[in-house]
Amino acid sequence: MSNAPVDNGRRRFLTVATAVVGGAGAAFVAVPFLKSWNPSAKAKAAGAPVEVNISKLEPGQLIRVEWRGKPVWVTRRTPEVLAQLATLDDQLRDAASEEPQQPDYAKNPYRSIRDEVFVAVGICTHLGCSPLFLDGNFGEQVAGVDHGFFCPCHGSKFDMAGRVFSGVPAPLNLVVPPYHFVDDNTILVGVDQGEA
Amino acid sequence: MLTKLVAWMDERIPLTATWNKHVGKYPTPKNFNFWYFFGSLALLVLVNQLLTGIWLTMNYNPSAEGAFASVEYIMRDVEWGWLIRYMHSTGASAFFVVVYLHMFRALLYGSYQKPRELLWLFGMGIFVVLMAEAFMGYLLPWGQMSFWGAQVIISLFGAIPVIGEDLTLWIRGDYVISGATLTRFFALHVIALPLVLVALVFLHIVALHEVGSNNPDGIEIKKNKGPDGWPKDAIPFHPYYTVKDIVGVAGFLILFCAVIFFAPGMGGLFLEPPNFEAANPLKTPAHIAPVWYFTPFYAILRAVPDKLFGVIAMGASIVILFVLPWLDRCKVKSFRYRSTLHKLNIVQFAISFVVLGYLGLQPATDLFTWMARAFTLLYFGFFIALWLYSKNEKTKPLPERVT
Repeated sequence: MSNAPVDNGRRRFLTVATAVVGGAGAAFVAVPFLKSWNPSAKAKAAGAPVEVNISKLEPGQLIRVEWRGKPVWVTRRTPEVLAQLATLDDQLRDAASEEPQQPDYAKNPYRSIRDEVFVAVGICTHLGCSPLFLDGNFGEQVAGVDHGFFCPCHGSKFDMAGRVFSGVPAPLNLVVPPYHFVDDNTILVGVDQGEA
Repeated sequence: MLTKLVAWMDERIPLTATWNKHVGKYPTPKNFNFWYFFGSLALLVLVNQLLTGIWLTMNYNPSAEGAFASVEYIMRDVEWGWLIRYMHSTGASAFFVVVYLHMFRALLYGSYQKPRELLWLFGMGIFVVLMAEAFMGYLLPWGQMSFWGAQVIISLFGAIPVIGEDLTLWIRGDYVISGATLTRFFALHVIALPLVLVALVFLHIVALHEVGSNNPDGIEIKKNKGPDGWPKDAIPFHPYYTVKDIVGVAGFLILFCAVIFFAPGMGGLFLEPPNFEAANPLKTPAHIAPVWYFTPFYAILRAVPDKLFGVIAMGASIVILFVLPWLDRCKVKSFRYRSTLHKLNIVQFAISFVVLGYLGLQPATDLFTWMARAFTLLYFGFFIALWLYSKNEKTKPLPERVT
């Protein structure tokens, strides 16, 4: 035991230095723990495109397919429904689809490649529920409009082009996924034309 | 023989000293009433959840493919499995019943006020961890309500600007709720959060015994001590309050068992009907509502017609409780000696909370949405009004001794 006087400055420096080195080490160790919560390679690979045959899809019908674990709707809209879409603009939050909720080729009044065939991810942009397709009884939600999508969770409403009505919790139009027509009756959901 | 063993222990660990400090000679105000049952009952329910939870993990299969079937297996094939599961599911609701009443007691008698602010903060920590625990536990049966409830709550984080979407992806570990989400929720539900919960309960009790218990009169019994240093208005926790709490336990268990044996689903309140159907990522149930104990906050979320502000309002409705000790600027604790305005404010707050809880269970019609907005304002109004009037509140004189 030496009886040299305590050098407080040196002691403080060593304490701080140890704390900083230890803290840096802890921060580095935290990275793998945090990163391990990201989607695994397997989950990322599961996002393969999905082929949909629409030859038997009648006007007014809607079918659901699964793409990346999400419901994707494919519906064939009747001429009456299409005609009504243009009249709804003043009741909608983003009638002209200004927000990037769709690929460029679907940024048009019907939000689709072919006017009558509408493809959208069936997940409400509010908190992720899957809205109900109200076929004929949407009038209870929006007077005078017979067809649309209604989210049972928090009451958000969308028209037949997936455009959100104003005054509901959902902030954005429904997402239109990338897709293209492989032939007249087959849609490939998940990739743009010429990408795959 | 036993005395010798205790003496041998006492030389090596503070056994007798700890017992006396926290139980045998813990000075407890002699005027505790009905409202003071709920702390010990919360402890009882915690033990129930830990015990039944450990037994459930023995037969539960935490995977998207096997979870739903393994819960059915527990219910139908495991001996007494149905009882253990119903004890756990009913215990979850009982936990919130007990904790809400425990918190209301603190509100009535000003038990959050100085010097018990930290005690209140630990309690709020327990409440928040309990909510996380309940939410994650609800995903595990992998029913329709499990799946879509989790989808909605995780999506709440998506409302945060800039990082929101990546954050939800990180929490889920997938682009949608999937087996990856289920397994991490399982790990958090059975290991991580219970550890935090038990640690917070420990700190809550240590903090309580450091400052001493409040009482229905809201006066400090430590200010009036006899010559032996024992507060004149105190009785030892054991045997007086251990016996009283056993009466509370008996009463509680009668109600608890009645629910387990006669109404384990509580008419859809404790176990929601859509959860008897396996999770289906393509179809949302026609009506989604969280379990009853979340519905007051859920109604606040729905009342705001904007995604980000709705989430902020819901978060604020919980965060504001944390700062309650600093919002109440009155020096008098118990409502018994406070103004009529304060009594009315507490009454309207309790009513608003219950009405919001009811509205959160109902579909969002126009009328209900407007009602939810009105009661959301009243909920926050409680805190704002409290802060405004408590500074110069007209109070009644406090008694010297507890009544």
